[in-house]
Amino acid sequence: MPNLTSLNLMPVLPEIILAGMACLILLIDPFMPRHGRNVSYALSLLTLVALFIVTLMQMSPTVRMSFGGMVVNDHMSDIMKLASYISLAAVLIMSRGYLRDRGMDKGEYYMLALFGLLGMMILISANHLLLIYLGLELMSLSMYALTAFKRDDGRASEAAMKYFVLGALASGLLLYGMSLLYGVTGGQLMLTDIANALSHDSGSMALKAAVVLIVVGSIFKLGVAPFHMWLPDVYEGAPTAVTLYLSTAPKVAALAMVIRLLVDGMGNAFADWQPVLIVAVVLSLAIGNIVAIAQTSFKRMLTYSTISHVGFVMLGILAGTDVGYSAALFYTLAYIVMTTGGFGMILLLAKQGYEAESLDDLRGLNDRSPVMAFVFLLLMFSMAGIPFTLGFWAKLAVLQAVVGIGLWWLAVYAVIMSVIGAFYYLRAVKFAYFDAPTDPSPVNPDWNVRGVLALSGLLVLVLGIFPGVLVGFASRAFGGF
Amino acid sequence: MISLSQFLVFGAILFSISVAGIFLNRKNILVLLMAIELMLLAVNVNFIAFSHFLGDINGQVFVFFVLTVAAAEAAIGLAILVTLFRNRRTINVEDLTEMKG
Repeated sequence: MPNLTSLNLMPVLPEIILAGMACLILLIDPFMPRHGRNVSYALSLLTLVALFIVTLMQMSPTVRMSFGGMVVNDHMSDIMKLASYISLAAVLIMSRGYLRDRGMDKGEYYMLALFGLLGMMILISANHLLLIYLGLELMSLSMYALTAFKRDDGRASEAAMKYFVLGALASGLLLYGMSLLYGVTGGQLMLTDIANALSHDSGSMALKAAVVLIVVGSIFKLGVAPFHMWLPDVYEGAPTAVTLYLSTAPKVAALAMVIRLLVDGMGNAFADWQPVLIVAVVLSLAIGNIVAIAQTSFKRMLTYSTISHVGFVMLGILAGTDVGYSAALFYTLAYIVMTTGGFGMILLLAKQGYEAESLDDLRGLNDRSPVMAFVFLLLMFSMAGIPFTLGFWAKLAVLQAVVGIGLWWLAVYAVIMSVIGAFYYLRAVKFAYFDAPTDPSPVNPDWNVRGVLALSGLLVLVLGIFPGVLVGFASRAFGGF
Repeated sequence: MISLSQFLVFGAILFSISVAGIFLNRKNILVLLMAIELMLLAVNVNFIAFSHFLGDINGQVFVFFVLTVAAAEAAIGLAILVTLFRNRRTINVEDLTEMKG
């Protein structure tokens, strides 16, 4: 039992800073001028910079525990946290203009985003079933509220309701699985103790049920099929600035949860959860790539593309090797860069009082802004996995991991599916380059959006030529190098 | 004396009722929210039963946190329900069909 005098709070310093700052912003925001949330915005970005510096300074290859081992900070959590800060900062910078144009620039957006980030950080560092649950709920509740953020929009409310009900169902399944696991392991809640207890479990029915329920609960947040039903509706219904938030940093946290629960906690039940994940991957790749072709909404198309991407991430996890886990992390980081750009394009094309969600809005992008059209081309090529872009190396890494354990058929299947998927990405590029614009006016001149978009395009290109940088980060997270 | 397996069966029945309530219910979103609460209670029954029979207090501590989070979850759920009702003038599950595909 940890006593208070020996409690080392240094490993949780970023969480403490974030919780303090989020509460501070919550307090001072009502006293700021009614219009323009400049102070909350600036303080949020400042907090993220401070968190980045603190986490960077604490980064070390040793495992740092706190609260008697309930909180664990290792290389994986450091890298995931840094990625979350950067992506949240990019989201806040890009959403600024969009929120202001629509009268949605309220302090609540920043507070919910920061509390959501706190949940993600707890989830990333959790080494205890209770912390995983609390982190997940803090993250999810912030996300439900953000989805319903546009209060006078029926679609947003409907999306939030669907998200809430299905999300609560998923956390219920996860919790039920946890309660069974607690019983099966003879009263263990710490993931390391669970791993020990499972090393001499002969594989009872109760354990199998617990494994299946926990897998279902944990892949729900990633949006892996067959638990993807919420994704298209939520992403379409939520305001685009919120969709951007939902589709980036929480995916890293969800990956962390999958790795903590399945690998750190139930690594010994690998034979039980691998088949479940194989089924989920086969379904995700098929649904993500085939259904996307039928979409007329660009936002919905990107959502189905997300389902296919998380399928690829799961390919890395089901390999069950360190190479696979680092490939999954690499893919997730690459996915975040690409999806920030993808949904950012919608922010770029949107105007005051008009949401550019249809594929038709992409027509003639090249005539309206050649630079942004080129960024769009890079992002689409990368999502399709065309060689020498970031997305290609990400796909290659997970496929290598799957081939490494001898699942050739699955790798071949994934390649076929991504070739099918390439069709709709290339169709979008065709719209941007070879069609006449329906609306010839110049695109959104907001430099915040353009800057982040250009940066994501640049990252896709540069990291596509030198993938070693990101691969190095990802493999160091799992004890490589 | 009630045995562990009887508690677990009770928890499993509660859990099944709540899952069925979520999937079969076509009328009212409030019923969905109740089913979600019931699901968390089923989990609590499991935790308390295991905690008692294994002689480990941590399961009961877990239950307190689950109850707290359930309250927060209900608050968010009802808040979303209110905005939905203001926009749509209905809380019928079958009317939540503006987005499809």
